[in-house]
Amino acid sequence: MLKSLRRAGPPLLLLAPSLILVAVFVYGLIGANFRTSITDNHTAAQATGQEPSAVVWFQNYFALLGDEAFQHSLKNLVLYTVVFLAGTMLMGFVWAWLLDKPMRGEGIFRSIYLFPMAVSFVASGVVWRWLLNSNQGESASGLNRLFQIIGLDALQNNWWNNVSVGIVAIAIPAIWQLSGYVMALFLAGFRGIPDELREAARMDGASEWKLYRHVLFPQLSPIALSALIIIGHMSLKAFDLIMSISKPANYQTKVPAVDMYVFKSSFDYANAAAVGSILLVIVAVVIVPYLIRTNRQEKR
Amino acid sequence: MRLNRRTSATVAGAALVGLALAACSSGGSGDGGSGDDGNGGGADEVEVFTWWAAGSEKAGLDALVGVFNEQHPDVEFINGAVAGGAGSAAKDLLQSRLQAQDPPDTFQAHAGAELQDYIDAAQIEDVSDLYDEFGLTDVFPADLVDRVTAEDGAIYSIPSNVHRANVVWANPTVLEENGIDPAAEYADLDAWMADLDTLQAAGVTPLSVATTWTQVHLLETVLLAGLGAEAYNGLWDGSTDWESAEVTAALEDFEQLMSYTNSDRDGLDWPEATQMVIDGNAAFNVMGDWAVAAFEEQDKALGTDFVAFPVPGTDGVFDFLADSFTLPVGAPHPDGAKAWLETVGSLEGQVAFNKAKGSIPARTDADPSEFSEYQQTAIESFGQDTIVSSLAHGAATPVATLNAISDATSKFTSGASDLATYQSELAAAAQG
Repeated sequence: MLKSLRRAGPPLLLLAPSLILVAVFVYGLIGANFRTSITDNHTAAQATGQEPSAVVWFQNYFALLGDEAFQHSLKNLVLYTVVFLAGTMLMGFVWAWLLDKPMRGEGIFRSIYLFPMAVSFVASGVVWRWLLNSNQGESASGLNRLFQIIGLDALQNNWWNNVSVGIVAIAIPAIWQLSGYVMALFLAGFRGIPDELREAARMDGASEWKLYRHVLFPQLSPIALSALIIIGHMSLKAFDLIMSISKPANYQTKVPAVDMYVFKSSFDYANAAAVGSILLVIVAVVIVPYLIRTNRQEKR
Repeated sequence: MRLNRRTSATVAGAALVGLALAACSSGGSGDGGSGDDGNGGGADEVEVFTWWAAGSEKAGLDALVGVFNEQHPDVEFINGAVAGGAGSAAKDLLQSRLQAQDPPDTFQAHAGAELQDYIDAAQIEDVSDLYDEFGLTDVFPADLVDRVTAEDGAIYSIPSNVHRANVVWANPTVLEENGIDPAAEYADLDAWMADLDTLQAAGVTPLSVATTWTQVHLLETVLLAGLGAEAYNGLWDGSTDWESAEVTAALEDFEQLMSYTNSDRDGLDWPEATQMVIDGNAAFNVMGDWAVAAFEEQDKALGTDFVAFPVPGTDGVFDFLADSFTLPVGAPHPDGAKAWLETVGSLEGQVAFNKAKGSIPARTDADPSEFSEYQQTAIESFGQDTIVSSLAHGAATPVATLNAISDATSKFTSGASDLATYQSELAAAAQG
């Protein structure tokens, strides 16, 4: 008894500060958030206890999910995530594949592709708001003007002001910023595959496609999964980029994180908390299976 | 390197003690800070929370502080201005400070219904007796006092300045080039839209507008023009039916007006939309009279380089919004705050502040000749017109209602809903 305490004690003591902080500031606050989300705390008076608030359980969630405006936000979130994921994975993979070939100036290209990631979403959003200006014809600016100059007038469009798929335009700067990061991940993956495997496959007469299909891709799949999870959860929490390109009140670019902000600013804490919980669940659906999988692999 | 067990246990223990000490010390200093309030009435300083951190607003605040230091030399002014986002950053911070019961001594807020949330939450004090003490009831227009009086009959803030929302700004050069008389007076929106049609046909942007809140701003002036002052006020107290045919007609006018506007509107804010008129890229812009500062900064003269007139159909009505100062519940220095409120309400304070900021005093006893040409016309209208509350600037409705109306408006102007849906969403929003 004493012996096992002596063995477990110091590590526990060392871990205690971070455990306590995580318990209070992550799990405690998730709990507090959930508790707010199941009340009818929709006004400033209730938030300060001037008027009573009652527990209404999942009523806020049902009301939100049944609300057409919130469904529009969720649809936007899905569209944004799909395009953002597909775009970064494709661009990142192609760049990594190109840079994996022995070539001169690889370091320069790697830095160039990785560099946009160093810019904050808010700063790049200000520039992209101008690039994605929706004016066409005579008063066009930004990308639409560029299309006119190079004679591709037909490509002009109203970007994020399209009410059904406008959110996809905001995925463009997001792809531009994070493709380099996915490239770095894939490049590390490529470099981690020993040359012997490729040589062996070639010796056995595998074509270039077969080499990728049966030898390299399986080796890259853990990297691809990590990239998907990292980009995926960033995309689900998208807020800053949308806020700096568009405005919180613009219907065409609403996503749940923006709704949460608007609810909070109108003192509707219950709905803001409910949106937060919904986002947490969506992110958990993506992340938890990944954690379970990596956990299993580590045990093996 | 290998640590033996005892060393690592000691390190862990030390770390824990350190953390606990840190927690205690921050708690202790918090107590010390609030301990100040107990002794004395707290008349030695005043923290004034505003979003006046730049430009003409900063100049106005500085002028007001100058008067404050003369009137109350024994009270130290502490500037609690928060920059960013046209006040949204300040409002976010204020919300959490009030929630944490750490209020500033006084804060800036739009006068009128926007205060309702703070009143309901018992976060600000009734200042009606200060109106009597400072003699403000007689020098503010009766209409204005009505508009800033809350539902319970008390007044919760003292306005420092007044702006007019229903103003059209126009570029006379663009108008003349297209055969329109810049001095023309439009009796109603239809007459105005005839000229907007002419401009549209000539390939000029007839009317510039920016993102959602400026569209709501346009909407409120159209509602005011279509319904008249009395029925417009009724929209906010429930006596005018949002589903009525008159509102439908006004919304049709709004739809028509939106069809004259620039297509990149949702990405712009008001300075860019007003700039389109200054640069001659658009003929008209509907914006509050803070826009006059944008023209004057670029050395444009009223009458020759730009013209301003009430939105057609709203002549004789002053669509007001006002900044005001409050007395939060539990303010650490209430006497300092009262001293500040006295300066805010005083003639010298209002004149100094508004001359620098470009707005007009809420008091009617200021000498108009001290102000600029545009301000003089606004002071004249303010003295004689019917005063109604602005929707887009928080005077008419609480924040939640305004947010719901903004959402419905954005949905409509981005093409996601039709007029009938829009009208029913507005009706639902106004019911709250």
